[in-house]
Amino acid sequence: MSAQTAYDKAKAEGRAALVGYLPAGFPTRDGAIDALKTMVDAGCDVIEIGLPYTDPMMDGPTIQDAVHQALVGGVRVADVFRTVEAVAATGVPTLVMTYWNPVDHYGVDTFARDLASAGGAGLITPDLTPEEGGAWLEASDAHGGGQGLDRVFLVALSSTDERIEKITGVSRGFVYAASLMGVTGARTAVDTGAPRLVERTRAVIDKAGTGLPVGLGLGVGNGAQAAEVARFADGVIVGSAFVRRLLDAPDLASGLAGVRALTEELAEGVRATR
Amino acid sequence: MTIDTARGAVPDATGHFGSFGGRFAPEALMAALDELAREFETAKHDPAFTAELDGLLADYAGRPSLLTEAKRFSAHAGARVLLKREDLNHTGSHKINNVLGQALLTRRMGKTRVIAETGAGQHGVATATAAALLGLDCTVYMGEVDTERQALNVARMRMLGAEVVPVTTGSRTLKDACNEAFRDWVASVENTHYCIGSVMGPHPFPMMVRDFQRIIGVEARRQCLELTGSLPDAVVACVGGGSNAIGAFHAFIPDESVRLLGFEAGGDGVATGRHAATLVGGSLGVIHGMRTYLLQDEDGQTQETHSISAGLDYPGVGPEHAWLRDSGRAEYREITDAEAMDAFSLLCRTEGIIPAIESAHALAGALKAGAELGPDATILVCLSGRGDKDMHTAAGFFGLISEDRGGTSGPAGREGNAE
Repeated sequence: MSAQTAYDKAKAEGRAALVGYLPAGFPTRDGAIDALKTMVDAGCDVIEIGLPYTDPMMDGPTIQDAVHQALVGGVRVADVFRTVEAVAATGVPTLVMTYWNPVDHYGVDTFARDLASAGGAGLITPDLTPEEGGAWLEASDAHGGGQGLDRVFLVALSSTDERIEKITGVSRGFVYAASLMGVTGARTAVDTGAPRLVERTRAVIDKAGTGLPVGLGLGVGNGAQAAEVARFADGVIVGSAFVRRLLDAPDLASGLAGVRALTEELAEGVRATR
Repeated sequence: MTIDTARGAVPDATGHFGSFGGRFAPEALMAALDELAREFETAKHDPAFTAELDGLLADYAGRPSLLTEAKRFSAHAGARVLLKREDLNHTGSHKINNVLGQALLTRRMGKTRVIAETGAGQHGVATATAAALLGLDCTVYMGEVDTERQALNVARMRMLGAEVVPVTTGSRTLKDACNEAFRDWVASVENTHYCIGSVMGPHPFPMMVRDFQRIIGVEARRQCLELTGSLPDAVVACVGGGSNAIGAFHAFIPDESVRLLGFEAGGDGVATGRHAATLVGGSLGVIHGMRTYLLQDEDGQTQETHSISAGLDYPGVGPEHAWLRDSGRAEYREITDAEAMDAFSLLCRTEGIIPAIESAHALAGALKAGAELGPDATILVCLSGRGDKDMHTAAGFFGLISEDRGGTSGPAGREGNAE
């Protein structure tokens, strides 16, 4: 199921969608599945599952630590698909967020096929832009049923309008607006440039008339920030703050409790305004 | 003309050398990469820019670097060996060629800060030097393992006013320093230029760094013709990321009679898995913004590399080398740690030149090539850097310092074996 379905449903309810991220295999293979299901249960509308990678160039220390722990724990690409399968079974659109090399190495078409058969909605690709994405554009059309797989590319504060047009033109599911110039990790404040980026992106989408939703991520870590972002974006994307709850917990049970509490706080945030 | 590229037909407009290269980078960096590509294109046709760069290369870096005939070393190689003396450049390696160009571009773009990754510290020292010269702020990322084995270069960079950040993530070597530099750049791109030290990264870096380094081969080709009356039979260089090798090779690419031989870090031997020989033992993939060969496992995770040389200890390689390899124009082979250290010692004792351990891989390659090509052959070796920074490693390897090796005075100990 495309992530856009969840965005549309949230919109119909007069609120923003809540998108939650965790890497597969963190804190353990089964622990990640438990945590992701908890996030679904407590109010996440869309799930992003990170594919742990040795060189997470766009991630800050929190996600680096989690991914490192997952890799040391022996997580494999097959575990990512298994995690997708378990989470997608809840009925929530489930995407994989991955650096490009693991997909490239697996074989782009094969990866798309296996992702689709696990019930995955699509991919978020932080280091792949449309210019180098030819194989993925083809594979995402070939798999995932009639509508294909979601392909979530990123727009940034530094993107020109011309690039935003190119990126939104090939994105499906939603487009990921990076709210700040920097790597992942919770921040104390949402960048002041973020509303303007969403506005620019939406103007391009409106012109094209595709209705592609705009999710905003990077730096959002609590309910108040979620409420602030929900005022101007279609979706609020949270990653590091979930990871932090699990990293800081003395055991899985209290980690899951922390994840549940955060999800509830964020879910309230995305409903607070409008 | 310093950065004439008339003899090179690649890459294409979006940075592809055949199927290699390109730009696998976060969207946040695309505007800066576009700006850099535009600025470099304008600058290289701007007489004021090229004159300033040529002036710095001549009067500050000491170019042209010498071509030295290594007569006693040649006797061991079984062929005539000529050394392109990049070790004599200011800061002690070829890295200064690229850094001066990028530092001038930084200023031209109105940016006030440069960041760099470094392995052995040669590129970090060169960047810190250029930053001091042009009044730019400078931060250098260096794997923690490398800050230990290259402590002298850490001190040099700090003396030059740079901030050196030891990187403690991943394998704590060069690739992790690259990751950390990219993370900095995404957040600081508005006022900061990432001065990449090799022919790697997203477009336009592989092309731009090549164009700044190709002066090595341009000079060497002319010097070799003047000295010997003909072109060399082979040009030999070490390959980590591959900037000194591209610099040495590039002017010779159209000269079909000249063999281009790149020597990668074979570590304990490619068969052992403990090596950094990307083109010999790697497979296709994407790393640090480029499509190229890399060392990866069956899930596409980057593999840990090993080399006695910090500067070659990198799991990827510049995309133009991948292209030269696949097109057959250049050949790439491995040199083990032990072979490199033998050649290191031999050059010290036959020529009175202490090479960088990186460059010692090229020297070991020249010994092999000499045996194959025979006494009538001329082999041009890119001596990419000097070995002062490697004295700690060499002292340990050869047992030269009493606290390490009970007062041994010669190259008696190998790989921890005192006998």
